[in-house]
Amino acid sequence: MSEMPTNATADAAVTDQALQPAFFDWLCRMGDNALVLGHRTSEWCGHGPVLEEDIALANTALDLIGHTQMWLGLAGEVEGKGRDADALAYLRDAMKFRNFLLVELPRGDMAVTMMREFLFDAYHHLLLAWLSENSSSPRVSEIAAKALKEVSYHLDRASDIVVRLGDGTAESHRRMQDALDLLWPYTGEMFTSDEVDRAMVTAGIAPDLEMLRSKWEASVRDILEEATLKAPDPGGYAHLGGKQGRHTEHLGYILAEMQFLQRAYPGASW
Amino acid sequence: MSSALQPEAEEIWTWLAEVPDPEIPVVSVTELGIVREVRYEGDTLVVAVTPTYSGCPATAVIDLMIEEKLREKGVEDLRLERRLSPPWTTDWVTANAREKLRAFGIAPPVDGTASDGMSAKAARLSGQNALTVACPRCGSANTERISQFGSTPCKAAWRCRDCLEPFDYFKCI
Repeated sequence: MSEMPTNATADAAVTDQALQPAFFDWLCRMGDNALVLGHRTSEWCGHGPVLEEDIALANTALDLIGHTQMWLGLAGEVEGKGRDADALAYLRDAMKFRNFLLVELPRGDMAVTMMREFLFDAYHHLLLAWLSENSSSPRVSEIAAKALKEVSYHLDRASDIVVRLGDGTAESHRRMQDALDLLWPYTGEMFTSDEVDRAMVTAGIAPDLEMLRSKWEASVRDILEEATLKAPDPGGYAHLGGKQGRHTEHLGYILAEMQFLQRAYPGASW
Repeated sequence: MSSALQPEAEEIWTWLAEVPDPEIPVVSVTELGIVREVRYEGDTLVVAVTPTYSGCPATAVIDLMIEEKLREKGVEDLRLERRLSPPWTTDWVTANAREKLRAFGIAPPVDGTASDGMSAKAARLSGQNALTVACPRCGSANTERISQFGSTPCKAAWRCRDCLEPFDYFKCI
């Protein structure tokens, strides 16, 4: 994906051996969420319901693939075994992927696609804003600052569409409510901490997820209310496991498609 | 190349000003503000380039074109460096380039709306078309946004209500 080395902004976290396993895992989570959602979003290319939405989805997917290059590129540096972003994206098997279950679910209809993007973008925007201003890792914060500008546009568009379709016709409202009910149990994973998240908080690299959750709930509720949609119980059941490599059956199919070329023709390039 | 024969950085900048953006060839990479630094490390010329959008497919082409130009000018010892920070902003697009964009049919970015933070941005966006983007064809301010996303990552789709033409707007980031 990327051939040119990033200039190495000084960052002690990148070579901190004690931090390395958790930091690598966390960077894979950042990169894999962008990669898998980017891939799902790209599935709409040429199939969007109207030209403008087709173009918007393709551009959003492109931004996410750009973020993937930055996060997985840094993950490879931190790991220190010579793997670059391409090696991590194309040559890991499903159990090594660290994305949320939310982003690997099938794209569904436009309601599912846009509701998922909205729920993820609202989280993504808050997270990147925190990272760009507060992360103790300069490398993390410069990637976040770059991605944040693009994600601002994603969130604007997704919020706008959720309101328009939620508060639209009876049919669009029903589809958006169905999408919300389907996806909501997958949002809890974004805010459920494990030892990797706790190590990142201790190192000052990433924010406390409970703090993020309360902000996310407030901003999501505002938009859902405007969209006349009913948010399910926030304390309800949460599907977990993606961050630790336990995925739904859907991820394998994504990887089969995405990784086929590099698996069949190792090292193939444009 | 011995240091006595090293071209001055100022001269390098004038060469880089001859490298067009591959997608919008009327403006150069220096006018877009994506060349961030030109310096020597010993005998090696280092050119730092920042991407416009992180996934922009033109980035790799731009690197190739910069390298090609500098090789053509006789630079042998060269390294390109990707710089992420500070992130590119449309505020860096030069005044001259904005005029060229307009003449090319692309409405240039509106000043002062790029790095104004989220709250200001939210307020602006809630007013929908609160920012005035003039039609690059007829000059009318009676325009409307069709989509924040356009033919390339850096553009949005707009329409003129007077001459009825759709046009690209180089959106602020």
